[in-house]
Amino acid sequence: MSGEVAAIAMANRPSVAAAAMKDAAITALIAAGLFIPIVGLRTDVGADGALLVRQRWGDVAILVVIAFFGRLGLVTWRGLRGEAKPRSAARTEALRKAGRLLAPLMLGLALALPFLPGTGRYELDLGILVLTYVMLGWGLNIVVGLAGLLDLGYVAFYAVGAYSYALLATHFGLSFWLCLPLAGIMAAFWGILLGFPVLRLRGDYLAIVTLAFGEIIRVVLINWVSLTGGPNGITGIPRPSFFGLPFSMSGEPDTFAGFFGLEPSPLHRVIFLYYLILALALLTNWVSIRMRRQPLGRAWEALREDEIACRSLGIDIRNTKLSAFALGAMFGGFAGAFFATRQGFISPESFTFIESAIILAIVVLGGMGSQIGIAIAALVMIGGFELFRDLDEYRMLVFGGAMVLIMVVRPRGLVGSRTPTVALGTRRAIGAEHVGEGRG
Amino acid sequence: MAYALQQLINGISLGMIYGLIAVGYTMVYGIIGMINFAHGDIFMVGAFIALISIVMLVSGGIMDGPAAILIVLLVSTCVTALYGWTVERVAYRPLRGSFRLAPLISAIGMSIVLQNYVQVAQGARVKPIEPLLPGGVTVLEADAFVVQFSYMQMLIIAVTLAVLAIFTWLVTRTPLGRAMRACEQDRKMAALLGIDTDRTISLTFVIGAALAAVAGTMYLLRYGVIDFYIGFLAGVKAFTAAVLGGIGSLPGAVLGGLLIGLIETFWSAYFSVQYKDVAAFSILAIVLIFMPTGLLGRAEVEKV
Repeated sequence: MSGEVAAIAMANRPSVAAAAMKDAAITALIAAGLFIPIVGLRTDVGADGALLVRQRWGDVAILVVIAFFGRLGLVTWRGLRGEAKPRSAARTEALRKAGRLLAPLMLGLALALPFLPGTGRYELDLGILVLTYVMLGWGLNIVVGLAGLLDLGYVAFYAVGAYSYALLATHFGLSFWLCLPLAGIMAAFWGILLGFPVLRLRGDYLAIVTLAFGEIIRVVLINWVSLTGGPNGITGIPRPSFFGLPFSMSGEPDTFAGFFGLEPSPLHRVIFLYYLILALALLTNWVSIRMRRQPLGRAWEALREDEIACRSLGIDIRNTKLSAFALGAMFGGFAGAFFATRQGFISPESFTFIESAIILAIVVLGGMGSQIGIAIAALVMIGGFELFRDLDEYRMLVFGGAMVLIMVVRPRGLVGSRTPTVALGTRRAIGAEHVGEGRG
Repeated sequence: MAYALQQLINGISLGMIYGLIAVGYTMVYGIIGMINFAHGDIFMVGAFIALISIVMLVSGGIMDGPAAILIVLLVSTCVTALYGWTVERVAYRPLRGSFRLAPLISAIGMSIVLQNYVQVAQGARVKPIEPLLPGGVTVLEADAFVVQFSYMQMLIIAVTLAVLAIFTWLVTRTPLGRAMRACEQDRKMAALLGIDTDRTISLTFVIGAALAAVAGTMYLLRYGVIDFYIGFLAGVKAFTAAVLGGIGSLPGAVLGGLLIGLIETFWSAYFSVQYKDVAAFSILAIVLIFMPTGLLGRAEVEKV
């Protein structure tokens, strides 16, 4: 049987090659049409203020050749590979088992990172950044992954948390540990406030209204100069202390290093911040996992699968949606407060739409509702983004391209399987292809 | 009074631009039910291609005045339509039939790609051009306030109306338009009846991109400066316009565009310029809350 298939493939090879050549030639032609004006003719502002054109045909030629061979390779590979086999449930099950091992492994690695040899300031800062996005991803996952409410303005709650902490700390001198819950409450309050008007909306309408809310909050932050400092932001936000012991280089007994008799080092604060965000992220994770087992969490998941059925069964849609918004927003607020204390400076620049898009991309790439998947997606996206640091202005281009590519190759996200929260009999993993059909 | 009349003229010409972009959103939403997040950036690409062709034509001393505008419009429309087609082919077609969020994420990625592609290829600085069509007609002179109806604004309104007339003819009178409407109503049924749905969807994107290119060219000619970031805000506002008019409804998109343009202009004129975006977005939220189907939209019947 397999020999027969191979023989057919051999016989088809010349036609595959010819078709691929033709396809690639058309692609090259289209690429030429796309790149000649934008890449080939670069406009620059000249000395007299008028625009000058610089011609760059070499770059166009390179891009066209890349398009030609890229398409040729793709078509040939597809032609020779034949029909793709659908993923079996057994494979999903195996993946899930591997995932069960992966989670403790990653947690152990995260806990040990500051003490691993070769970990310096840079690695810790990167770790903090990745964990911040892991936490934001898990927070947004409550809204998007569990309750199925598409929120494109999540960064608004991040901003509310950050500004709450910054304002409370600079104006009233409140400590970080007091401000953290306050920032969370503020953000949750805003979550409910913004959630109320959009209760009746669904799907894409909800997405666009939440996007509008995110932009409104940013515009207000820019223009309400007397409160927020406008585009200049807020500076001099107090750094966190270790339960009242400040991190300082002086080595006095009332500082962190002095109290514990350690050599004062600037790394102490970074390590502390690292564990702080790790703890916050794990808290988010723990709450999400626990919520899934509670009536409220089950109501969220029911809401995600079918709102009408959910309502018919007597679930209070309003409270269910608002609680998801509030809880998601609260974790966004925690992350925002952490961001403010870590940076010591915040401005509306940090809370643009692109942040919301990145967080949503992490949730979707992680497989919507899979905790470990989101952690991996954050690591891949943010870590990968850092890897391309040298690419400079091409970095965002690569980032956007990766988003499209991952979606096209794996539309279900990196971990596309889900185990049902409630099951009759033995619990089995649901393959990626069935998750959207309401079986997960 | 004179001041209000001037704002009315400004608002209508701005609203026409939003309306043209909004038509692209509403068409795509109607036919495949996704927010084409990259549409605002397609508009930006259109503006850039217009800019490049203007620099080539006018600064090269080949052509000037209205003839140049026509050529620029044609070039921009054709190349941008190619961009629209490519975006659909690369980022959306492989995801057809996938779950709801996948094309949206892909579209957001595509939007990032287009923005940064233009930034890398053309530079991040703003690009100014000389006005191609200076001057205008004085409509009214009252209380030392001169109401100007510039030639550029006339051109925007005339071109938009002409393009929309062609577009309406295309949708209501041609086989392609019939196929598009069929796909909008029921894609599976249309496919069963022998309509090439993939091709129809591709052409929808091509037409949407062409309209966005016209809008981009008009925007460039009207304001004289563009940068790679103009697409985001214009896109969100045009989507607001599409929703306001009732998504899926083509006349609604134009009406919504006009309303958003007028609201934005009058808000800037009488209240504050800083909060004009807040005004547009608040309108969106208010409309959706009290009139979820928009002004001219049909109520969606949900079958269980």
